[in-house]
Amino acid sequence: MLPAILSLGGLGLLFAFGLGLAARKFAVKVDPRIEKIAEILPGVNCGACGFPNCQAVAAALIEGKIESDSCVLVEEEALRNIAEILGQEVKVKEKKVARLICQGGKDQAKEKYVYQGVRECRVANLLFGGEKACAYGCLGLGTCVQECPFGAIALDENNLPLINEDKCTGCRKCVEVCPKEVLTLIPKPKKVWIACNSRAKGAQVKKVCQEGCIGCGLCLKACKPKAITLENNLARIDYQKCTNCGDCVEKCPTKAITCCL
Amino acid sequence: MGEIFILFFSAILVNNFVLSRFLGICPYLGVSRRVEMAVGMSMAVVFVMTLASLVTWLVYNFILLPFNLLYLYIVAFILVIATLVQLVEMVIQKVSPTIYQALGIYLPLITTNCAVLGVAFLNIQEGYGLLKTTIHGLGAGVGFGLAIVLFAGIRERLELADIGDAMKGTAIGLVVAGLLSLAFMGFRGLF
Repeated sequence: MLPAILSLGGLGLLFAFGLGLAARKFAVKVDPRIEKIAEILPGVNCGACGFPNCQAVAAALIEGKIESDSCVLVEEEALRNIAEILGQEVKVKEKKVARLICQGGKDQAKEKYVYQGVRECRVANLLFGGEKACAYGCLGLGTCVQECPFGAIALDENNLPLINEDKCTGCRKCVEVCPKEVLTLIPKPKKVWIACNSRAKGAQVKKVCQEGCIGCGLCLKACKPKAITLENNLARIDYQKCTNCGDCVEKCPTKAITCCL
Repeated sequence: MGEIFILFFSAILVNNFVLSRFLGICPYLGVSRRVEMAVGMSMAVVFVMTLASLVTWLVYNFILLPFNLLYLYIVAFILVIATLVQLVEMVIQKVSPTIYQALGIYLPLITTNCAVLGVAFLNIQEGYGLLKTTIHGLGAGVGFGLAIVLFAGIRERLELADIGDAMKGTAIGLVVAGLLSLAFMGFRGLF
């Protein structure tokens, strides 16, 4: 009885001392502000900022390595709280959301072959740029849907990604993963965008897609603030000048300009 | 010398703790999503297993045997392992906070990892000496590491593969683990 208590108790005490010493030697000083800021941050570890997780962002914020608006997900209110903890001034940034600049779904765009491989855009893109006849269009296999950490993207019945702008945080994950670069970030308040990515000449676009930009230039004339320019057979909107009037949407003969007013 | 060499490699290949003895399956399935995490976990397990083998042998032979307290060996061994795991946790938190976060709950769970307790029991059962015990613990840890890193590599590829809905995730993981185990059966009779 006694030897049992003494030996086990002694072992426990010995180990406790050992651990106590080790704890002192390997003590990690954690700034209490890191926890506070990490709580405000969304905590989904999306990686859009280039850090592996939100804890690392909080640490970098405190060390002053990055600006307080580096996280694309924090709302204005949260930004203010973070700035308060850090003792900095608040910077409010423009909110951006991902939008699809292609309308070549299975009804509009022609296909050049039947693809039966892995349902993954990046894989399909390796086979002659995918099954779509248009070399610039969305492949519609839903790699962005899988990639989105917020469940903001779903494939619609036309096999095109449909973005829920309330859920979209502008984290850029889908933009980076898309092999065709048909997803792009556009300021959220701007409701008009060119929904085509084709730099091909007008005749070529017409051959492969019903709703592509043919570079006709009618929108240039319709646009009163002169926000639209034509580059490489593709209209481009300067969002500094765009007023959301929607004149260009009505004028476009191929309905390649979209608005969701 | 040859005997120790054989002991070391048979603990890795022939009597692999995960794939032949089926010990330590919980972290094997839990921490094998990413190779990086698997490597971190196996480092921790190698460290804990080697030291646990050594210390439990000392405790058994110099404390439990002389005082005739053999019935306490499970309690004593758990005490040793829990202490070592605490130590590893502190070191990892200091050295790499990212791995510390990634391992999460599985790190303290090494305490109840049956592979660690299993290696301590086997050492006593087989009547190994101090050197053999340590080598056996090291081999067992390396074997666990080999199994989990191999498995994590396969699982990373599985994520991109086209798998039927019913088989996704853990289901296909268990099938793969079974196949790996079958493959390791091929090492039987190596020594």
